[in-house]
Amino acid sequence: MRDALGSVQSVLVLGGNSEIALAIVDRLVASRCKKVVLGVRSPASATATLNRLRSAGVDADTIVFDALDAASHTKVIDAAAARMGDIDMVILAFGILDGHSEIDTDPVFAAQVVQTNFGGAVSAGLASAVQLRKQGHGTILSITSVAGVRARAENMIYASSKAGMDSFSQALGDALIGTGARCVVVRPGFVHTHMTEGMKPAPFATTPDKIADTVINGLQKNKEIIWAPSIMMPMFLTLRHLPRFLWRKVSAT
Amino acid sequence: MPSTPPEPAAIRAVPSSSELFGWGRTAPSGADVRRPTSPTELQRALPTNFERGLIARGLGRSYGDAAQNAGGTVVETMDVAAFTIHESDPSSDTVLVTADAGASIDRLLHALVPQGLFVPVTPGTRYVTVGGAIAADIHGKNHHLKGSWCNHVVSLHLQLADGSIVEIGPDRDAELFWATAGGMGLTGVILDATFRCPRIGSSQLVVDTDRAADLDAVCELMRSGDHLYDYSVAWIDLMATGSAMGRSVLTRGRFASAEEAAPKIGADPYVYKAGELVSAPPFMPAGLLNKLSIRAFNELWFRKAPVERRDEIQSIPTFFHPLDMVRGWNRIYGPAGFLQWQFVVPFDATSTLTTIVEELSHSGCTSFLAVLKSFGEGNAAPLSFPAGGWTLALDIPAGVQGLGPLLDRLDDLVVGVGGRIYLAKDSRVRPELLPQMYPRLHEWREVRERVDPNRRIMSDLARRLGL
Repeated sequence: MRDALGSVQSVLVLGGNSEIALAIVDRLVASRCKKVVLGVRSPASATATLNRLRSAGVDADTIVFDALDAASHTKVIDAAAARMGDIDMVILAFGILDGHSEIDTDPVFAAQVVQTNFGGAVSAGLASAVQLRKQGHGTILSITSVAGVRARAENMIYASSKAGMDSFSQALGDALIGTGARCVVVRPGFVHTHMTEGMKPAPFATTPDKIADTVINGLQKNKEIIWAPSIMMPMFLTLRHLPRFLWRKVSAT
Repeated sequence: MPSTPPEPAAIRAVPSSSELFGWGRTAPSGADVRRPTSPTELQRALPTNFERGLIARGLGRSYGDAAQNAGGTVVETMDVAAFTIHESDPSSDTVLVTADAGASIDRLLHALVPQGLFVPVTPGTRYVTVGGAIAADIHGKNHHLKGSWCNHVVSLHLQLADGSIVEIGPDRDAELFWATAGGMGLTGVILDATFRCPRIGSSQLVVDTDRAADLDAVCELMRSGDHLYDYSVAWIDLMATGSAMGRSVLTRGRFASAEEAAPKIGADPYVYKAGELVSAPPFMPAGLLNKLSIRAFNELWFRKAPVERRDEIQSIPTFFHPLDMVRGWNRIYGPAGFLQWQFVVPFDATSTLTTIVEELSHSGCTSFLAVLKSFGEGNAAPLSFPAGGWTLALDIPAGVQGLGPLLDRLDDLVVGVGGRIYLAKDSRVRPELLPQMYPRLHEWREVRERVDPNRRIMSDLARRLGL
């Protein structure tokens, strides 16, 4: 169960190798969380994390999860629920980041990015919602991106897929009002991770640990949308409304 | 036998799913909410959700998740509120009253006070039900002399998980009775209870007020003088630091005789009026209550109290239920909600009380006036909260940064000296501390195992704490 300060006792991470998600999990575990299931494409990739969590006394496990295999998502959620009982929190943390302009000439890969980031979030999000409704409680923590607030020419596929995910997550949250379940959107700015290695950092670039601190604080304050770092909110609410000719200039720099 | 008519027939809700939260407005959950109007209907509600179970809910004044049941059934008892005042020997000090579990103290007082009677125990709000009073084994300003609510219960009817109804009391299946007292509703659904109500001389109280400059001073006043008063409680300012740390206003009193009350209320000594003056606005922005505004409020409140006042005549609502004048005051904490932390530590651990007050004062943790009281001895119930010692209760906005680790640390201090926290107020304690806080927890679990082996009676609190 979630407590009054936003701590949970069990968590399922879809995209169980996400550095941001794992930083959040570390904090949840330091508070009340005793059960963790990591949904990953290849369980071997999460061995180190698993060992670390287990040595901290957490009942941790992995489960095979492939964002592109929508047909399996309900089974994944059911298996996670069978493994740990009530799922207090599902973190949607999978995704592909493309920072390269080559993608413009690779429509198949571009479609795969969208399928993963947006399509996968929709099917996994809906499958999770069914379980959380049945439980009468639980939080879907949907990690989108400030990139989704306004797409740039340079990251159009990633940004638009995250825009879809963000939009879906907000509406899912609205659909869950009154059920005890909810969907909280996290919008990180630029984060230094393996995913962004070699990319030019955007202003206010931050780390998974700092993002996680902001998320924990947002959960405690019962926020529906968590901007991380919080400066992203005024910044992107402004950027979103720039005239296009200005946005082109700003976003190209 | 004078008897009040039952409340107007409850609007029988078509089974519906809705979101419920406790008084602190944190961590809501969804449940199938029903309002059975009879035990038979309740019986029908029982097996509807075998997997997620059922819990009874009164007026929802528990701060946390005690009266929620995520994904299961919640039976609201609040519209079923008949009660009977039994005839008695005029020379006896108390009168027996039988009330449905859904009868509120508010409703009881409106009937009892004009007949020269009072409830055995009242908390700081009169919007609690008889069922809730038993489930939380509530206490009030008279605990140092009269103990908690269940000390005054003669018998009660309990509907068990299998649908059967049993009558229990301190002399009839005492084990189940004391497991039900303070049992957070987890032994079954309380249907009604018979309890002793004291006679009073008027509807007014004779109140003495003392302003204490710091924590030591208020503790000393209570230690030396509480036995002279039927009712005693101190309001303490946890935002004051330095030499003013723990400054308090202690109010103590007893019911006035008809002669004492007459100058204020005239010929009818039992006139009783209790209402709400204002409503809190339906929406409050986040952060309205902050360090500055709360500090200013506390300062004002302390300054306005007299240094020492004797024999002031006060009404029941003024003395017992000041917060009830503002309907929905829990909304002032905004979207993050708030929590209440209440603990008790033995009298010989007064230094721990001081340490905790120091920690809270220095944390800058925003808290409105907190309540300090000295408890008398506890009763036979394994999960009843009160025990001989100091109890402190404080409301804190849930959004305060660092609150979780702070309270965890303070819990450790409490447990370290054999103290405990109050489950009816709890919404965040670490489950692993419970066996230390309630050393007789295993006895309670044995009784639950006997009456509900399949855990068909279930609540979010029970799930969260692994009760």
